[in-house]
Amino acid sequence: MAQKIAVKVDDLTVAYNYKPVLWDIDLEIPEGVLMAIVGPNGAGKSTLIKSILGILKPIAGSVSIYDKPYEKQRQLVAYVPQKGSVDWDFPTTALDVVMMGTYGSLGWIKRPKQKEKKQALEALEKVGMLPFKNRQISQLSGGQQQRIFLARALVQNASIYFMDEPFQGVDATTEIAIINILKELRKAGKTVIVVHHDLQTVPEYFDWVTFLNVKKIATGPVKDIFNDDNLTKTYGINYKVSIQE
Amino acid sequence: MDFLEYIRLVFTDYTLRTITLGTAILGAVTGMLGSFAVLRKQSLLGDAISHAALPGIAIAFLITGTKDSNVLLLGALISGLIGTFWIRGIITKTHLKSDTALGLILSLFFGFGMLLLTFIQKQPNANQAGLDKYLFGQAATLLESDVWMMATVTGICLIILLLFWKEFKMLLFDADFTKTLGFNTKAIDILITSFIVLAIVLGLQTVGVVLMSAMLLAPAAAARQWTNSLGKMVFLAAIFGALSGVFGTAVSATQNNLSTGPVIVIIASVFVLVSFVFSPSRGLLFKQIRFIKNRRDLKLNKTLAFMYGIAETHENISHPHTVKILNNFQGFTKGTLQKLVHKNYVTLEGNMWSLTKKGFQAASNLYNQQNDDE
Repeated sequence: MAQKIAVKVDDLTVAYNYKPVLWDIDLEIPEGVLMAIVGPNGAGKSTLIKSILGILKPIAGSVSIYDKPYEKQRQLVAYVPQKGSVDWDFPTTALDVVMMGTYGSLGWIKRPKQKEKKQALEALEKVGMLPFKNRQISQLSGGQQQRIFLARALVQNASIYFMDEPFQGVDATTEIAIINILKELRKAGKTVIVVHHDLQTVPEYFDWVTFLNVKKIATGPVKDIFNDDNLTKTYGINYKVSIQE
Repeated sequence: MDFLEYIRLVFTDYTLRTITLGTAILGAVTGMLGSFAVLRKQSLLGDAISHAALPGIAIAFLITGTKDSNVLLLGALISGLIGTFWIRGIITKTHLKSDTALGLILSLFFGFGMLLLTFIQKQPNANQAGLDKYLFGQAATLLESDVWMMATVTGICLIILLLFWKEFKMLLFDADFTKTLGFNTKAIDILITSFIVLAIVLGLQTVGVVLMSAMLLAPAAAARQWTNSLGKMVFLAAIFGALSGVFGTAVSATQNNLSTGPVIVIIASVFVLVSFVFSPSRGLLFKQIRFIKNRRDLKLNKTLAFMYGIAETHENISHPHTVKILNNFQGFTKGTLQKLVHKNYVTLEGNMWSLTKKGFQAASNLYNQQNDDE
């Protein structure tokens, strides 16, 4: 099966000051996978996503999206940052945050209109947050805030979704709701890349996985490479997880 | 001069009208832009910018030898911008945190500015006096041309704000996300920061280097208390700022020899104080009242729930029980019992209480609600 390559990373190296955070990463992510990026704290998981998206400037390397440079393909890419990266006391409503997902296609100066509002409301509905649309964002629970971020990415109607720890600090109900949406995205042929912490749920949630610890350890289908050998290489200790067959 | 005479004078006296208009416009524009500084957690930036402007004023005077405010403020603008972008450079290029960078630049530029001012004062030149008005401001020296200048800048600022509202809002909330959408965040950032610098420089003549940052922060901090919408916050901050200017000028004009700048700042601080205490949703007063009320309700409900537990074991829910039994329940007070009687949840006869039908209903609902939450 010749799958199209959605994201291709070549020789990516990123450093804060002297210490490399990512070292010579080559990565090919096939279209239509639901991929987890796993690795210990400080392995560079978030940095990898941020460098792919141009938020951080790499020392070397290039990123292409469907065979073209990332800068030309931005509209194909959506991003869900870590929930803790913004100030939730900012004076705005849930609907307003989700509307921001439409700003990219609007471009400079143009204001969102009824069409954009409708898209935002649909996304809110999808994540089960429609009743909270006018709620000030500080009055949402952590799980609800995460859903708002997810809705904002859905509005972008992208082909590739990058998510930075979407399950962090959310309860079991929200986690299931989010993973169901991600699986729906995959079903629709989208590519979803998730920085993930909980190794136990990797085989259940994802079909593709990348092991990362400054260097890329392995990448491929979960059923082939999610094993004790790669986990030990990545986490540096004898790691045993039972994988449900 | 009493207050009524002041009002008459505002409409007739040229100087007073100029100053009132000037301080009002200044308050409005700094309040508007201050909202952005506050939300970006760059509250100290204003302080650093205003202090960084001082050497520019001195150098402009040394070069040109005039005290024309436009020339001096141009110098202030240039050195304010240099200071600001130096701060940004320090933050992005080194390990230093923003508060350190701000503090460094603030004291460096201010120290250099003071040095130049003393140097100028030692010069045998009759023209040198009066530069120190930029330290604390002197609203009385505002001319009609200065006010026009302020009005023009405010107008341009308003247009820019309306045009790039969506971009500003998104950058303030989530800069990384803004970048991934393909917006040039650096350009938006420079646009906002430049206007903040411009507004501060405009205020130096009126409020002065030392107090200028209060004009930026106070109206915005006060406005934040009253609303959860960015648009309303910016609008309110502009109103608060303008009112501070008008009232400040009024107070200083009616009370002899009170310097206008400090009075404006104090009035702005009163807005902050009142907002912090009395805002309905975020104010300390109502927060405390809500807190006390919630605790009381909880106490009442717990007593009711305890009674319900007892009444439930009897066929007749209104079967009387002694008050003593309630003493087993921690948190019971005579006051709560009276309140329950008042609400018709409980009837009291001598030392015996009994639950009414209404009380039983309310208590069972209470139970159900709690079970639902679990």
